[in-house]
Amino acid sequence: MVIAVAAGKGGTGKTLVAVNLALALQRYGIETTLVDADVEEPNDHLFVKPAISTRKEVTVAIPRVDEELCDRCGECSTFCAYGALATTPDRVIVFDDLCHGCGGCALVCPAGAISEVERVIGTIEEGRTPEGMAFMRGLLEIGEPKATPIISAMKESLDPAVVNVVDCGPGTGCAVMGTVHGSDVCVMVTEPTPFGLHDMDMAVRMAEALGVPSLVVVNKDIPGDTEVKRFCAEHGLEIALSIPFSLETARLTSSGVNLVDSGEEWSDAFLSLYGRIAPLARSGGA
Amino acid sequence: MKQLVVLSGKGGTGKTTVTASLAQSLKPVVLADCDVEAPNLHLLLSPRVERSFSLSVSRKARIDPDACDGCGACADSCRFGAITGAEIRVVDAFRCEGCGVCARVCPRDAVFFHEPEGAEVYIGSTSFGPMVGAELAVGEEASGKVVSRVRMEAQLLALDSGLPLVLVDGSPGTGCPVIASMSGADLTLIVTEPSLSGLHDLERILGVASHFGVPALVCINKSDIVPEIARRIRDRCRFLGIEVAAEIPFSEAVVESLRRGLPPLGNVPREVEDPLRTLAEVVAGRLDEAVARKRG
Repeated sequence: MVIAVAAGKGGTGKTLVAVNLALALQRYGIETTLVDADVEEPNDHLFVKPAISTRKEVTVAIPRVDEELCDRCGECSTFCAYGALATTPDRVIVFDDLCHGCGGCALVCPAGAISEVERVIGTIEEGRTPEGMAFMRGLLEIGEPKATPIISAMKESLDPAVVNVVDCGPGTGCAVMGTVHGSDVCVMVTEPTPFGLHDMDMAVRMAEALGVPSLVVVNKDIPGDTEVKRFCAEHGLEIALSIPFSLETARLTSSGVNLVDSGEEWSDAFLSLYGRIAPLARSGGA
Repeated sequence: MKQLVVLSGKGGTGKTTVTASLAQSLKPVVLADCDVEAPNLHLLLSPRVERSFSLSVSRKARIDPDACDGCGACADSCRFGAITGAEIRVVDAFRCEGCGVCARVCPRDAVFFHEPEGAEVYIGSTSFGPMVGAELAVGEEASGKVVSRVRMEAQLLALDSGLPLVLVDGSPGTGCPVIASMSGADLTLIVTEPSLSGLHDLERILGVASHFGVPALVCINKSDIVPEIARRIRDRCRFLGIEVAAEIPFSEAVVESLRRGLPPLGNVPREVEDPLRTLAEVVAGRLDEAVARKRG
């Protein structure tokens, strides 16, 4: 099973929910992998302190032009949809950052002058936490724009036989869509502010477009009626867990303490969150 | 024209709140909401939209089922795993990156392209100056291109109106949209918070700023939540030679003003308002220095 934890807005508590859900499941005896797919700013490791045992590089193929063979015909730069090649009278210039690695330039070159080399854009690390939970995270190199190849590579190595709790990055762009695409359930973590609601709305529509069922966790919740509650009622979204706002909780989690370590009631709360997720995963399976 | 971009690495540290307060202090400015995947600045500044246009930023392949004979040449060549189906091939639009390889290899000319609407870009006015933002179409992935367009429109507005400052509210992370909102800016203000995640992410976003040669300033928001980590942030910044321009204490009143859709200045207590005003002064000074250095 793959459970994606998303939000739209940053800082609502995706990491908090992913880490505590994974820890609660693992301690209950359900084999779980915590997957940190917020490859631009991964933080899960700060909370579960894994020992990393394998580290592999993620590469994309980029073109190299053999200037001896190249006759500057311009087919490659005309074909490239990303403007990653420019043909000048003297040579073909490759802009590595713009290349998506489609291989089209090598395909269309009539002189056979283009070969591809691998360029490292990030890494995937795997290991186990001190209590034995499997852990995986991706890390995008600084200055590198494209996170999707790392996310695709991570998703290929997920074990479908265990519960994979996948912490997505913020936003609703290519990296998050790539993560949520093909997941069984998306847990939306929001907060009762206009920002949290607005961005969750975008994220819910994204998950809908991808055919992934969603349920909601409200973090930093306040008592009484809120816009978030009204929105969820109107859109038939279940609020599966509410984590009340407290400065004490904010201080603990900011310092790296996990909710499930701060009180037994939290383990129960996250297990019952899983109790809401599991049936949705079965019913929504594409 | 000067350009300041507000970033954070970690989400939810207070970029938008700080941007709104800077707009209040430094008005009139041109505002650009470049967090197009989760835009929120309009919720505080309530722009009156004057014009908008739809923008297409990516193309997607489609396969004509009448022409396709299922040979699979496209699926064999697609590096993005975007071709599904067997007897007749179908394009998964969420995976398709529009490269055109499938069309090139198809022996039956069955592939054609369409350009779905990627975003609605709007230009409006606020009490603090003109504002540009965008609403991303559901399923649009090329947010970096939308960010570039929003910035470009904001720069044009600044040139046309003669306003000296473009204030960019950026997105969390370090990837494509962040790079698109940061590249070529005169200064970046990094809003961080004293949490382990905040500290970890600060380090990475400062790395991105340094990679692209954009000078950076730091502001510690909710600075009194965990004093020990705030101290580590200060120490780290001192070590890296990065100025901490202001520290803003946590206040429930900030969350409350945000819930009511109000910008912070005038709606929060003095212990929050004062450092926000100091921050604006420091930012304005450093921005002038950065531009002067750049122009040599």
